[in-house]
Order: sequence, then structure tokens, then C-alpha cells
Amino acid sequence: MIETPRHEEEHVSEIRSAVRAICARYSEDYWKDLDATHGYPTEFVAELTESGFLGCLIPEEYGGAGLGLPEACAILEEVSRAGGHPGAAHAQMYVMGSVLRHGTAEQKQKYLPKVASGELRLQSFGVTEPTTGTDTTSLKTTARREGDTYVVNGQKVWISRVQHSDLMVLLARTKPIEQRSRKTDGLSAFIVDLRGAEERGLTVKPIDAMINHHSCELFFDDFEIPAENLLGTEHEGFRVVMDGMNAERILIAAECVGDGRYFVDKAVAYANDRVVFGRPIGQNQGVSFPIAKAYAKVEAASLMVDRAAALFAAGKPCGAEANMAKMLAAEASWEAGDTCLQTHGGFGISREYHIERKLRETRLYQIAPISTNLILSYVSEHVLGMPRSF
Amino acid sequence: MKVLVPVKRVIDYNVKVRVKSDGSGVDLNNVKMSMNPFDEIAVEEAIRLKEAGKVEEVIAVSIGVKQAQETLRTALAMGADRAILVVAADDVHQDIEPLAVAKILKGVVEQEQPGLVLCGKQAIDNDMNATGQMLAALLGWSQATFASKVEIEGDKARVTREVDGGLQTIAVAMPAVVTVDLRLNEPRYASLPNIMKAKKKPLDEKTAEDYGVDVSPRLEIVGTTEPAARKAGVMVGSVDELVDKLKNEAGVI
Repeated sequence: MIETPRHEEEHVSEIRSAVRAICARYSEDYWKDLDATHGYPTEFVAELTESGFLGCLIPEEYGGAGLGLPEACAILEEVSRAGGHPGAAHAQMYVMGSVLRHGTAEQKQKYLPKVASGELRLQSFGVTEPTTGTDTTSLKTTARREGDTYVVNGQKVWISRVQHSDLMVLLARTKPIEQRSRKTDGLSAFIVDLRGAEERGLTVKPIDAMINHHSCELFFDDFEIPAENLLGTEHEGFRVVMDGMNAERILIAAECVGDGRYFVDKAVAYANDRVVFGRPIGQNQGVSFPIAKAYAKVEAASLMVDRAAALFAAGKPCGAEANMAKMLAAEASWEAGDTCLQTHGGFGISREYHIERKLRETRLYQIAPISTNLILSYVSEHVLGMPRSF
Repeated sequence: MKVLVPVKRVIDYNVKVRVKSDGSGVDLNNVKMSMNPFDEIAVEEAIRLKEAGKVEEVIAVSIGVKQAQETLRTALAMGADRAILVVAADDVHQDIEPLAVAKILKGVVEQEQPGLVLCGKQAIDNDMNATGQMLAALLGWSQATFASKVEIEGDKARVTREVDGGLQTIAVAMPAVVTVDLRLNEPRYASLPNIMKAKKKPLDEKTAEDYGVDVSPRLEIVGTTEPAARKAGVMVGSVDELVDKLKNEAGVI
């Protein structure tokens, strides 16, 4: 393992060691078998929860560790660096942010301690729809107020971990699109209890996908939500969902850095060990240079992740950094993965070597939770002051 | 009863070690350092004894560079109550030899008056396997090495030892020094709340001079070399060829 000297607080390196120790109990074969069977890492997630790591961002008064994004990033980076797929559990860390920032005192008291303990799994975000992905403000799923309930009708897609969640934060239209005063007006966020929801008008259809990400299509048919489950102000739900997005991007960037380091570690080890024509293949610069280049890019991305996480933790604006960190890290991990696979030659595509699985997993992050073009668009417009493109 | 657990900061067991170009030792720049795995087992055993009500306090001690305080934080996060750091070197490449470590530990024991010292049987960096034995000799205490089971019964410790021929169980009078082997237990990892709590636990800093111990080396490292590289394998064409090679080249059948 290549250890980068990092200037982080002692407890962060302590966190890294502890997460590595947990991950060491779940071999890469564990993840390979889950991938093959579309299984969910129930035991791993339970252990990560019980040992307090998924409650990292929850304030101490609600039973969490009350730590910030740098610590959370370290946790997820180490999971992906160890060969795991933190995407199975990362949302338990940050979906609760919407409740924390916008929930009423009662909602926070009702949900957060149980999310911290793992008794309630709040790891689904119901936003994307088949016809509205990035243009969230045009979403069509409606929630109609009827007495003490909201009645939901519509469809969502790419909603991950629904089958492994007790609660979901849902974004739906509460005001017809023609009546909205501005683009973001008229959407509301809700805490949806998923337990038994399939008997109450929710249909969940898993999507067979390139990676084992447990993503589903959701169909709401007169699905009722108690009015008390409204999260934040009615019609102002866009903000409830959006202001957690920077945290999500930074955390996912940290996962990509972990993937990148995983690939570099593996590539270096193989390049040193594999002997062809009587010498290790790493002696050939055609093999070593791409690895060195990939390493440099992962390190650069890691610095941007650290900067974004530090800004977020300090409560400063970090939209540009969060976006750029996600883009740079996802590209760096992909390049490192591609290089790692190439270094391994034919063995690289053998599932036994885990590289192809990790490569598929890290590829997702150039698309989700926001695609690279949207990041470039954001940077062009908001950072560099060029004209808006859409 | 107090238990003292000496812990050493060593190169992480996952790190592929690199020998320094001048052959004076292993390169420790920018490599991950961790608690010696045998010491982790000793910390775990001490915590279990505390959980079982056999001891009241677990004190971790580390001797070496200042950075060893990270190792002590790990012990505190696992569940040790407090820690003592004895700074005895400035350079991470300077290893304190077992006799000097044992002498400093003797000083710590005299101050803290533990009833038991639990330590790893050896550190995975230099594999000396000497400190525990030396400490017992310096203190005039009983010693039980290579423990795979430790039971405290009144003023005696029953220790099962892993010896070449199998297992040997001995009873030693307390106070005692017990060095632990791999199969004694499986150490816990620190939970996040415990990592945070450990930050508030006391960690005293001392120096080798505080114990009047001269840590200058008595041993000279003559050379350090990497193990010979494994030769590339060959593909055999048939079972007959394999048998032939095993018989005539390897001479194993």
C-alpha cells in the first residue's frame, strides 16, 4: 500500500485504521459474490453502523459522533480503498442531512437517534424521474393535500437502496407547474415510511444494471403520506434536497479517491511481481509511466476533495470545489482503473482479480450523482462567468 | 490491580518493506506505522481482564519517537484507561534496543506498581523477542511467555503457553510479566465513539532521562538485505514431466 503523507488530525488517521480493520473482515471475495448474486452487504453495513461510523455526521445530541465531512470522507475512502463498495451504505451517512437541517424538533428527535443506531435505515432519496433527471425543477410526481395526508401519484427512477431502507426522502410537486412563481417553487419534500409501503400503493421494481447498486424504479398509485411527514416548508422542498448535494458530491469524490488508490496499489504490486522476459513488467516504462501518471492524478484529486471537505466543514461556500472534486476524482479513479486493468493484461478481466468489478463501480461516478457535463456547465457559468448554456 | 501494557509503534504489517539504500535498515519514510500486532493482542487481553472485573485499570506505555502517541491513542480507543509516552528518540529510524526498553519499563513499573505486565511476545519489526523476558529479570518477577490463554486466580496467573511440542500450562506467582502469542484473542477495532473518547483520556509524556536510562545502542547493524526474490515459475507440459522434475530436479519425491 502506498501511504501518502497527509496533514490530518490524529483522530482521522485513527478512523482510517479502524475502518481498515473492519474492511479486513470482509474480503474482496465477499464483494465479488455480492456482485454476482446482486446481494446486499447486510453484515458489513451492520458492523459499520454498530461501530458508529455511519453515524459520523449526526450530532452527538442525537446519538451520532458529531463529526464533519473530512472524517466522513476518510471513512468512505477507506471502504473503497479496501476493495469494498461504499455505495451500498454511504447514503445512510448523508440523507439524514435533510432532516437535520430542515426537520422540525419532533422529526429530528423521532428519526435521528434511530438513524444513528441503525434501527432506521434512511438511505434513499426519491428525486429523479424518467423524464426529469438533471432538470429536477420540472419533475412530475405529484403530492396532493387531502386533509391530514398527501396523496402521491407518479413515477421515480434510479432510486437506490429502496429495498434496504426503512425511510426515504421524497421530492414531489405540490403546486401545478403553471402556477409556480419561480422554477424551484412548488416542490415539497417528505419523509416516506417504506415499511409496508408496497401494500399501500408503492410498486418497487429493481433495475438490472451494470453495477450492484440496488437501484429501483418506483411507481406511486394514490400513495398516502401523513401530513406531519412534510419535511421543511411546503412548496420549498427543492432547497431541502439541494443543500445536501454538496456533501454528497464530496463524499462520493472521496470514494473515488479510495478507488483510485486501490487501483494504484494493485497495479504497482502486480507490476513489481509479474515477471515476463525475465524481469518484472514494472521495469518497462510503458507499464510504469501510466501507473505513475494515474497516481499523480489521484493525488491531485485527493487534494481537491480535502479542500472541498474543509470548506464544507467550515460552513463556507463550496459548490465549485465540491463539483470539481467529484469530477476530478471520478476521472482519476477511472484512469487508474483502466491502467490497473491494462497492467494486469488478460488477468485484469478475470473476476477473480476484482479489478473489472471495481472499474464498473467507479465508472458510475462520472454519471451520478451529477454528470460531468453538468459540472463543467456549473463551473463555466458560476465560477468563470461565461453564458448559461441551458 | 493495574495492568501495564507496553506497545510499540512498528511498520504496518501490510506494508511491503523497502531496505534503505545504505543497508542500515528499513525505510520508514512515508510508510504506514501501526501498533505491533502482538501488542494489540496484549491490549485486548488487558481490556478483557478489566471487563471481567479482574483488574481496575489498564495503562498503555510506549517508548520511542513522539509519533508513538498515535499508537497510544489506538490503545486508548480500544479501551485502555490512560497512557504514558516515553520519548527516547527523535529520528523515526532509531530503534530503542530491548534492554533499554526493559530498563525504562522497570522504571514505569516502579512508579505505577501494576500487578501484571502484558506485552507482545515480540515486535514484528526486529523480531527480538527479548523485552518481556529482560523486564521480568530486571524486576525479579515471574515470567510466562508465548501465552495463548491467561487466567488470573488470586495471587497466581495460570498461563497456557504455545511451545514446540504443543501446549504447556503453568501457574506463576503474581506480580508477573506475561508475553502474548498470536492465538490468545482477536483484538477489537476501535469504534468511532471510542476514538473520540480516547482524545480526552490522559496521556503523560516523559523522557528516557526521567528514568535515568541511557538508550544509546549497544548493537551495531552490520547490514540489512531483502530476502532473495522468488524465481519465476515454469509451465510443465505433462504430469510425467512434473513427476520427473520433482524427482530429478527438486529431489522431493
